Parts: sequence; structure tokens; C-alpha cells
Amino acid sequence: MKNIQVRVNGHPVAREIPDHRLLVDFLRYDLGLTGTKEGCSVGVCGACTVLLNGQPVSSCLALAVMADGGEVTTIEGLAEGDRLHPLQQAFIDYGGFQCGVCTPGQIMASKALLDANPHPTPAQIKEWMMGNLCRCTGYYKIIEAIQAAAAEKTEP
Amino acid sequence: MHEIHYEAPTSLEQAVGILAKHGDSARPICGGTDLLIQMRAGVRRPHYVVDVKHIAALTGIAFDPKSGLRLGAAAPCIEIFENATLRRHYPGLVEAAHLIGSLQIQSRASVGGNLCNGSPAADTTPALIALGAVARLVGPKGERQVKVEEFVVSPGRTVIQPGELLVELLIPPPPPHSADAYIRFIPRNEMDIAVVGIGAAITLEGDRCTAARIGMGAVAPTPLFAAKASQALVGKKFDAVAIENAAQLAIEQASPIDDMRGTAEFRRHLVGVLTRRTLERAAERARRN
Amino acid sequence: MAVKKEAHHKYRVVGTRPIRPDGIEKVTGRALYGADYYFPGMLFGKILRSPYAHARIKSIKFDKALKLPGVRAIVTADDLPEADRKPQQMGEQQVSPYYLSCNVLARGKVLYDGHPVAAVAATSPHIAEEALRLIEVDYEPLEPVMTADEAMKPGAPILIDDLRNQEEGPDQPTNVATHLQFKRGDLAAGFDAADCVIEREFRTATVHQGYIEPHASVGIWNPDGHATVYTCTQGSFTVRTLATKVLGMPEGNLKVVPSEIGGGFGGKTTIYCEPIALLLAKKTGHPVKVTMSRSEVLRATGPTSGIHERVKIGVTKEGRITAAQVWMAYEAGAFPGSPMAPGAMTVITSYDIPNLLIDGYDVVVNRPKTCAYRAPGATAAAFGVETVLDELAEQIGIDPLDLRIMNGAHEGTQQPFGPVFKRIGFIETCEALKASEHYNSKLTGANRGRGVAAGFWFNAGFQSSASVYVNQDGTASVVTGSVDIGGSRASMAMIAAEVLGLPIDEVRPVVADTDSIGYTDVTAGSRVTFATGMAVYNAAQDVVRQLKERAAKMWECTPDDVEFDNGVLRTRGDVLQPQQLTLKELAARFIRTGGPVVGRASVSTGGAGAGPAFAAICVDVEVDPDTGKVQILRVTIAQDVGTAIHPSYVEGQLQGGTAQGIGWALNEEYVYDSKGVLRNTGLLDYRMPTCLDLPAIETILVEVPNPTHPLGVRGVGEVSIVPPPAAIANAIYRATGVRMRELPMSPPRLMKALQEHRNSREGQAAAGR
Repeated sequence: MKNIQVRVNGHPVAREIPDHRLLVDFLRYDLGLTGTKEGCSVGVCGACTVLLNGQPVSSCLALAVMADGGEVTTIEGLAEGDRLHPLQQAFIDYGGFQCGVCTPGQIMASKALLDANPHPTPAQIKEWMMGNLCRCTGYYKIIEAIQAAAAEKTEP
Repeated sequence: MHEIHYEAPTSLEQAVGILAKHGDSARPICGGTDLLIQMRAGVRRPHYVVDVKHIAALTGIAFDPKSGLRLGAAAPCIEIFENATLRRHYPGLVEAAHLIGSLQIQSRASVGGNLCNGSPAADTTPALIALGAVARLVGPKGERQVKVEEFVVSPGRTVIQPGELLVELLIPPPPPHSADAYIRFIPRNEMDIAVVGIGAAITLEGDRCTAARIGMGAVAPTPLFAAKASQALVGKKFDAVAIENAAQLAIEQASPIDDMRGTAEFRRHLVGVLTRRTLERAAERARRN
Repeated sequence: MAVKKEAHHKYRVVGTRPIRPDGIEKVTGRALYGADYYFPGMLFGKILRSPYAHARIKSIKFDKALKLPGVRAIVTADDLPEADRKPQQMGEQQVSPYYLSCNVLARGKVLYDGHPVAAVAATSPHIAEEALRLIEVDYEPLEPVMTADEAMKPGAPILIDDLRNQEEGPDQPTNVATHLQFKRGDLAAGFDAADCVIEREFRTATVHQGYIEPHASVGIWNPDGHATVYTCTQGSFTVRTLATKVLGMPEGNLKVVPSEIGGGFGGKTTIYCEPIALLLAKKTGHPVKVTMSRSEVLRATGPTSGIHERVKIGVTKEGRITAAQVWMAYEAGAFPGSPMAPGAMTVITSYDIPNLLIDGYDVVVNRPKTCAYRAPGATAAAFGVETVLDELAEQIGIDPLDLRIMNGAHEGTQQPFGPVFKRIGFIETCEALKASEHYNSKLTGANRGRGVAAGFWFNAGFQSSASVYVNQDGTASVVTGSVDIGGSRASMAMIAAEVLGLPIDEVRPVVADTDSIGYTDVTAGSRVTFATGMAVYNAAQDVVRQLKERAAKMWECTPDDVEFDNGVLRTRGDVLQPQQLTLKELAARFIRTGGPVVGRASVSTGGAGAGPAFAAICVDVEVDPDTGKVQILRVTIAQDVGTAIHPSYVEGQLQGGTAQGIGWALNEEYVYDSKGVLRNTGLLDYRMPTCLDLPAIETILVEVPNPTHPLGVRGVGEVSIVPPPAAIANAIYRATGVRMRELPMSPPRLMKALQEHRNSREGQAAAGR
């Protein structure tokens, strides 16, 4: 067992956890933040993407102890009060999802993209988002949504 | 996943001490992007997992035009391909590092981890072989250096002895008029394991090739140095005939298998195609240097 | 994206593009999917799976596992009653409860790699996993039978000892569960009348739906025998029927609460974790959650069949199809029930052909029991027919779309299995594609080619229920039992808003559990917007009827004297003095006029499904001649969608189905080793398209209203997956000269074909010298 301290979505969290606890399980089981999904368990589908110290990581392939002392942002931490993050709004407005299970990962990965490159081209978006599988949309509306969020457009 | 003890030493001595104490039941972890998959699948079951990312000696990236590159074994791939110096001097290694998984993986995975995982299909290993990289290991009995082409001994197994740790990769400085390249073949456009990967580094004096090294991945139980194909280029005019000759020698050395990623026949064919393409890409870069 | 309108858009809400009511939950992480439920005292279940493709179970010992601290219960097939062997109608599917039970937990024999053998409940998932390692199963391995060809050979190992079919008789053990045949006209005479006859053979691989959310269920068992299961499913009532049959409990004792669903595409129309979670809950007295990993999903949930197909078609030189013969064997997986029948019913139904013979075989093999996958059976079947049509068009020198238009099914065409088409839009769809900018653009560059193909899916109807409640503030709730898999809540709210004259944001759609709404069939077969939409339409009309009654009472006239239009009640102009009241005003007076207004309706559409749907697709590819890798450069899909309730979400269905069809065409396949063990059990090597593998998929909505629906709604969800593999094969031919007749058209396979083609050309050239 280890005691870890992590800032999660801006709030300090201290927990005693077993060493083998995965970051995704720490978020989902220990903290009840079930917005982060597990889809493939091998870091390919991107559904479990969270930001660890600002970097997008696959939380299914990180131990929670590795986040000790760090800062984690999940989908639950994006909206400010009742105001959605522009990416969240754009995914709704542009139909960037159907079933929605990959959406938290898509939004977290695209958040990291816009943090690093506020005005990406469609090619840059695809290059960045290749690690987030979606089986419903054929990706077109996801890319549109990210472009719209980057352009701060709110309506289609 | 089974229960483990996680340790995060901050010095090389501590790390080696822990690894030596627990022997076979301990395993270093860096990004965890291979090891945690294997642990979750029950393929590897180490009781002690030693996180090496907090050891300064393992995370540095230092380039010196005279002595070359010291690449910390735990430096994440993202720091490699975001490094302008590396992009200029080792574009092949950089493109290999860029191919390992998605950004979510690249932010955690390292070239050293890719090597220690011992996969015959690791993307950065053929690129390291092409560059003549040497692995520096530190263990309870001191340190030793091993050529990268001799590092992996069988699928998933390396020369690392219990208690030993890969500290860094030593890569010679690129000679004038030289360049490297890495190309792999995958069925999709990203996110796959290499069906075949070829790394090449060549030096051109005018139209003559004065030095060449070709590394091959996913064509044998371990990554290979294509010695005959490389030597055949040296001292010759670098033209289509020489490239084709090298490609044929590379195909001869390959001993691939049929698996879910491709047939042996297809892999042999790809060795030829990719050897040609990689040499051409490296040459195009070398002509500019 | 273009919309071709035939539907007269007299609607206020229908045909607009409001945002979806479940959007906020899904972008904030609040939406609860199958694995997201937690209950106090909850235990975690894990499933032990067979490492063999075919083996007899000699014994299972689990005393060591039970002793592991934290382990609470272990179950095997011995904990299930022996279910009835006779196939029964369960919801919309014919299922043998016995086979279903044997698939949930193996009884006596394991029939595929990954077949569940036992399950453990423990206080943590880690302990449950460790306990699985301590269960000792003694297997007697048997020879696996991996393909339909092998399974149909005389003397092949038999999977199911008592399986028989009518043709072979009651004494002949067999792996062929069913042979289905459709016949029309005089086949020999038809081929004689043709100027050009082409016969080809095709094979397609087993592929998975690839939904991103793995299966997950939480079972809760009460001491009085009532139970609840929270689960990700496409059909909560289907789960109720199937799970209670397997568990041997009264159907009414189980409440099924559908979670948000992270994709299904047909794959979540049966049961896997549900009865196991319930059984473990019963045995432990605790809620038990069972979740699958991705490798469990790939190894042991139902993919769709690989098939072997032979197609023979004859045409006159003018392009008239005179005869067609199709032979198909579908791999059902471990138990009978492949989508062979819908495959046979769709394979050539797009065309009006006087003479035909279609044979279909449902064959068991040592692979996981197949489940529905988007237009089940149709994609693999169309691959052969649509490729042969391309070859014929080339042979007789006509445009491949013209060949399809010339022979296309239309209103009045009889389908091979009997029914006559009402108003359909196949020809309109092909014409729209033919007129598209894409089809008329010039494709230049080496190794590039353009291909077209078409597809048909009949769409299901079945049963649905709906309730519409008007609240005191004049807003409304729409309650249905249809799980929302791709935005159907928006469509349901829109239909109710259209009828009630309310703004869309004043109608809240709700997906209810099985105790809270009338029976509703599974979300599948492109049926929800059609059938559940019809129930919602009727329930809203029921509300309107009651509103008129209330107003009539207030105005002392008859309900026939009251008109309802766009949310306003009025007396008819020619009677009495003019009165007017809005729905909102009336709602505020419900308390004084007879209480709340509840509209309800149920529909059973019988044979009439959600209107036949047709798609035609144009694909441009570039082939790397050195590696056999195919890049998709451009795709346009035209589809007859009836009235598009929400055009954006209709486009989304077309794009999603096309994307899956592209994956099926190029790289997706199950790879087994020689012992029948699945090799690619993860998403690294089960290669679904990433965003880098697909261009923006262009859509053309062709709106030919469905005459059997009050709003003209046609099912739109499935047919888009049908034409892509054949279109890509036809495009590869144009790019390389090579005809691909096996899916997937992966680089090793295409490279081999390219090399053979070059060798044979060199051979011909040498012979010619």
C-alpha cells in the first residue's frame, strides 16, 4: 500500500492505495470519476485518456502511484461551473459523437492539442487524434468539432 | 493484475540495489506501456516494479558534436521528437520514436524501454542499430557496454542480468555527409506494430557510399544488423544497382515467420521494398548534409 | 452535405437539426455506461474461459480458488437449470434456450477459444482474477473445425452431438444447422438467354462490431426471487426474456435497467455477463458487477460470420440480367444462428431478376457464436454479387451504375422471398450517385481507381411502446423502451414536439427500464425511429385527442369541434363562437379538467418493416504497388433515407456504417492459429480504422418517404455498411487490374494477388513473343 497525493481537477486528493492500482481504476473506483472509460486496456483506443501534468496519457497503462505529487485532469474537470468548455460545446453542436463512450477521451486528447497548438489544421488534428478510436462516426464530425472549438465557433 | 511492490528510487545505486536484491522477481518500469500490458495479461508477473523515471542519469538527453548522443534510457519519446537537435542529427531515430503508439503512449514510452522489452518488432531498435548505438548497463558488478544488435537474445529476452539496469544509449556523432532514416510497414496508417521495420544510416562522398549500416526489425526472432547488405554498399557507387544488391542481401538474411501481422513471404518482400525506400530516404538526407 | 428532397417538408421540427438531449451528460462524463454503476457491498465477477477451441470438460475443481481470501462464490453450468432445447421465439429472434445457456456457461464441452467455463465473485477484481488462476479444469482436447468448408466435409468432427437438419435426416449428426433456398423461374433457360455469364467464388473473414465499450452488467438479487440487472444492451426486454429463460425464473421477476450504451452495432442484442452477474448475486447475496476486457470481447462475444460464396450471373449484351445463382455458407460460430437467412434475403434483392436460385447454409464451427452486426449477413453476401456485376458491366461495356439502374428493383418488384416492394428508392439512389460531383469528377494519378457498388437492407419493424406525459407547465416527457444508441432520443423528442406543437427543448425523452414501459423490441434492424417513432407519434396523437376532449368540455362542444394546430386548440370556425387555448394554458388547468394527461401507444408492425433501404457508394483508392496497401482517397455514399427526421444524425449513420464497411474491406479479420486459438485479441491487431485511415465521408440523402409510416420514416442505420467492400474491390481492380475475391483485402493478400497478376502478364507476354 502507498499513500499518494494528487491534485485531481484542481482539488488535492490523498488516498492510501495498493501499489498495483492503475490510474484508470484509481479515478473510477477510488474517486468515483467514471467519466474516464476503459476500452482496450492496451493504450490503443484512447477512451481512458486523461491529462497527467498537462500531457495526455492512457490511464489504463499507468500506475496510480506514478501520479503521486502530480496533477491529473479528467473530463469531469473541464467545465467551469455550469459553463461547458468550448470543446465540450463543440462536440455537442457538431454531433462529434453518437454513443458517446469514446467522447471523454476524444475531448481530453483534443484539449491537450489545443493547449499545445490553438489553431491546428485538419491534418494536424488527425495526426494528434490518431490514438482515439471512434467506431460510430467515421471521425468526420469529431474533426469538425475540434476545428470549430479552435475557431471558437459555437454554432454549426 | 497481481499485487506488486512499487519502488521509485532516485539514484542509480538505489535502483541497482533494489534490482540486485530481488533478482528475477524485480523489473524496471519506465512508461509502463509494454510492461503493464504484459502484467495485466499475466504474461509477466514481477513482484517488484522499480520506476526508473526519477533517476537523473536515465532521463537526460545530451548531444555533443564530438562524442555524440547520450540518450537516457527513460527519456520519453515525446522529448526525442520535440528535440530540434535530434531532429537535425538523427532524423531516422526521431521518426522511429515518433511511430511508437499514439501521443498518449509517446508521452510515457521511452527508447530504452522499447529496447528492454525485447520485441523483435520494436521500432526504435533498427534505427539504433543503423546508428551503431551501444547500450550502457550498470549492475551490482559494475558497468558494461553492449552493442544494440547484440542486446536482444530472443523474443522478450535481453542480455540484461538480474540486478542490471540499462542506463543510457551511446550513439556516435553523425559523420559529415551522412544521415539516417527509418521506415516501417503497417497495414493501417498508424497505431500498428511493424510488419517489417528498416533503419539505415549512410555516408556519401559524392556519389560513393563510404559507410552504411542497416538495421532490420520483425524479420527474425531478434532485431538484426544486416551486415552483408551494409558492407556491400561501402566503397561502391550509390546507385540503383547497389541499392538493389543491398536489398537482396537483406532479404537473404531475413528469417521471418507467418503471424497475424503478415506472412513470411510478404515480410521477405517488404524487406526488399523497405530497404530500398529507407536507403533512398537516408541518401536524400545525406546529400543535403 | 447534399440532401435530395422528395419528401414535402411541411414539418416544423422534423428535418431540423437540434442538439441532442443527452449531449451534456456525454461530454461531461456524467452519462453512466455499463461499467459505471456502483452499489454498496458490490462484489466483482470474473469469467474463466476455455483455452481450447474444442474440448470435452472432464472435471472442474475450484476448492483452492474458493479458499483464496476475498472469494465469495464460484459458479459453473451446474448452477444453471438445463434449459429447453427447442428453439423458441424470444423477442424478434428464434433461439434455443439450451444453446443460449451453453454459450453463457459451457456445459460438458467447450466449443471455442474463450468459451466461459466458470465465474468467480470476489471483493476486488484483482482477487477474482487471481482466483481464476486457481480453478483447475481438466480438458480432453478435440480436433477444432474452423471453417464452413471444413465443417461441411463428410466425416468432419461434430461440434454438437444432437444437431440434425431436415435434408440429412434424423440419424445423421451434422454441422449444418439449416439449408435455406429461394427459387424463381427457370434458371437454365435464364442463363441460356444471357450473352455473358460470369461465375466467381468469394470468401470473407470473421469480423467484430468493434464497439468501444466492453460488455458490463451489475446483478442484484433479492431474497424474494425478484432481481435487477443494470447492463449495457441494445434491448432491455430482450435481456429480460433471454436471461430469465437461462436462469429458469419467471420473466416478470427480472427488471432490466439499460445503461447508456457505448456502441453495439448488433453485438449487444444477446446476453453474456447478465445471467452470470445475476447468478453470482443470488449465490452471494451481494450486488455483483461483471465487466469484460477487450480480449474477452473479441474472443467470446459474437462477431459476424465469415462466409464462402459462389455467385453466377448472366446478362444480355444490352445489360438485362437474365438469371442469377448464389450459393452461400455462413459460419455460425459454436451454435446455430448465423445471419445466413437475412444474407440470402438481401443478397440480390436490389435487382429485378426473372430467374434465380439462392442457397444458404448455416454451419457451426469452433468460433464464438456470431451475433448481429449492422445489416446482418448482407455485407458479406453483397461482396460477391456487387463484384460480379462490376465485371459484367465491364464485359458488356456499360456504366456500372447504369447496369444497376437498368435492373433495379422498384415499386411492384417481387423480392426473392415473396413480398412485393412498395415505394422504394433504389433507382433514385443510384441516379443520385451517378449525378454526384464525385462520380463525375476526373480521377488522375498512377495506381488510382474508382469503384461503385450498391446495397440493400430490409429494416425491421417489430413491437414498440411509448408514453407521452404532459406536465403542468405544458412541457412534455416522452418515455420509450428503446435504448438510444446513436441519437434516437433526439428523434423521439422531435416527433413528439412536431405533433404537440412544442419547441424541441420543452420535450424530454426518457429511456425507461423494463418495469416502467410496455414491451419494446431491441434497438436493432434500423427500427427505432420507425417503429418506436410510430409509437411516439401515436402516443402524442393520443395526447392531442385528450386535449381536444378537455377543451370540448370547457367550451361545451364536441371534441370534433376542436382543432389542434401547432400547440393551439381552437373551435372550428364554422361552429359556435371562436375559442382559443394554448397547450400550455390548458396544461395549467389539468387539475380542474380531469387530472394529468397521459398519452400512450403501442405498435406491432408485423411484416412491414421500417421500409427497405438502399445505398450506393463511390470510392476512390490508391494502391501502393510495392506493398499492396490501399489508401481511401474519397468516398461518397448516397442512401434512400425516407424522411430524415434529424438530417445530421442520419448523415452520422451513413458515415459510421461506411467507415465500418471500409474497415471490413481492408484490414479487419479474426486470425486463428492452427489449434483454433484467436491470435489477435486486442485492438492493436484487430485493426479498426483510425482517423488517419478515413477521408471525410460525403453523404447524399435521398428522401423517398416510406408509405407505411405517418411521417415517411425509413430505417437508416444499417445499409451503409453493405456496399463499401465491393466498391473498394472494384476500385482496386480499376487501379491495378486485379480482382480481389477475399476479404479483407489486406496488404499481404493484395500484394500476393498483384505479384501473381504481374507474373501471369509476364508469362503471357513471353508466350506472345
